[in-house]
Amino acid sequence: MAAHFANVSRLTIVTALLFLSALLFLSAGCGPDPDASSTPQELPAAGGETAADSTSSSVIRLASTTSTRDSGLFEVLLPVFEKSHNCRVYLIAVGTGSALRLGEAGDVDVLVIHAPSAAEAFMKAGHGIRHEAVMHNSFLIVGPAADPADVVGSELTPCLKKIKDQGHKFLSRGDDSGTHMRELALWELAGGKPDGKEYLETGQGMGPTLVMADEMQAYTLVDQGTWLKQKEKLELVPIVTEGPDLLNPYSAIVINPKKSKAINSKLAAAFVDFLISDEAQKLIDGYKVNGQKLFHADRLNAEIVE
Amino acid sequence: MIRDGISEALQLLLQRDSSVIDAAIRSLWVSALAVSLASLIGIELGLLLSRKTFPGRRSMIVLSRVGMSVPTVLIGLLCFGMLSRRGPFGSLELLYTTWAIVIGEFFLALPIVTTLSHGAFQRLDPRVVETARTLGAGPVQRTITCLRETRLALGLAVLTAFSRCFTELGIAMMVGGNMPGRTRTLTTATALETSRGEFARGVAMSLILLLIALLLALAIAMFDRSEREKSS
Repeated sequence: MAAHFANVSRLTIVTALLFLSALLFLSAGCGPDPDASSTPQELPAAGGETAADSTSSSVIRLASTTSTRDSGLFEVLLPVFEKSHNCRVYLIAVGTGSALRLGEAGDVDVLVIHAPSAAEAFMKAGHGIRHEAVMHNSFLIVGPAADPADVVGSELTPCLKKIKDQGHKFLSRGDDSGTHMRELALWELAGGKPDGKEYLETGQGMGPTLVMADEMQAYTLVDQGTWLKQKEKLELVPIVTEGPDLLNPYSAIVINPKKSKAINSKLAAAFVDFLISDEAQKLIDGYKVNGQKLFHADRLNAEIVE
Repeated sequence: MIRDGISEALQLLLQRDSSVIDAAIRSLWVSALAVSLASLIGIELGLLLSRKTFPGRRSMIVLSRVGMSVPTVLIGLLCFGMLSRRGPFGSLELLYTTWAIVIGEFFLALPIVTTLSHGAFQRLDPRVVETARTLGAGPVQRTITCLRETRLALGLAVLTAFSRCFTELGIAMMVGGNMPGRTRTLTTATALETSRGEFARGVAMSLILLLIALLLALAIAMFDRSEREKSS
């Protein structure tokens, strides 16, 4: 009997120790407060006077939305910047909500996102020091070719109302992404989102959500970039493609260097300068996938908007 | 973040957050069902592979061992292809239901149960079966003897398969669709909270998942202890 007890308590102790060490390991990896940056490795100096041209400081971390990464645009833009500034840009593609949190925590140096109201709130809270419009494209409503709600070519708000009133399936991203925020705003315009079980949240990225809409014969809101990339493989068709409320603006934010010693503010600013330079703007405007233009540059005429 | 996660997990549990409980219960029954079905067939297969010789036996053993390493995303993709509207089983309309997750996790669990139970039967002293035979046991009784003698190893095989299914993400995401109240599980909820930037909530979801796993491990340990007490 005693032996069994000994066995069990040893098991418990080992389990508890494993659990604790896992927690320690985790919390060491991602400590919450930026001032506790007592990590042993040399952090690159934050664009300070002393930073000179050491190689460790020529890295910036860019958090961007998955839609921009999936478009392939950064594969064209980043090598140009990396070459001219002799640096590396680490691209972290996450949802807009996650990108904003990474920025808030000072884990990245620069953001490229498409959620205007969230970006404004982010700036107002002092998390960023510079906010620049870069480019735009648009959203569109897509749906099954059979169009059960009979809404092809109608205006945006009547289209949404009809989908809601007739109880047709509508897929929402449901993930606080820029597209999800926009979708909720559009439902507001149409008098509130549907509350029935035909309004479904996927909690996934744009690509998987489009595939689900295709499989379930549902309507959904999609950004033009993802749509143009995937439409060949889908039976969905564009339903509503025009309207001022469907504009999808992308902007860049330089994170406040006070967030973390690791922030390379100087290079981040140089990166944003590059994004709005004539060179990058021409690349953005000329970028095509399958012969289709994905983005419209905002700053091609190089006029400085505030 | 971890501290936030722990307190968030406690809060969610104390408040009986309905969306979390819903996802936890779904995770549990989906993987339990998938593993039960896989065990019914897998243990049978393991027994067959260890006690009978037939052409293709060796390749089946190798296949089953390799099958343990198949990434869940690949299983998800294959199931998606099968269950898609344009796939061979599209008319069953199983895609984006919990049944689709059960099917995927069945294929995840099957090679694990088969390989591990095969190993357990192979390690069994051949004299056990011989003794049973000389004592006049028929084929069914000999099988029962085999199962009884290896029950701990079989239990571990089932538990291993269960942990893999309970914590997998690829299948549930791809053929379940992560729809709240329908197909959302603890792991897909964790992935969603992470993409939302709600890191503490993501940690909380995983801690709840770990807590359930811990309770299961403790249950197994107690089962093991009482078994050994009985036999001593």
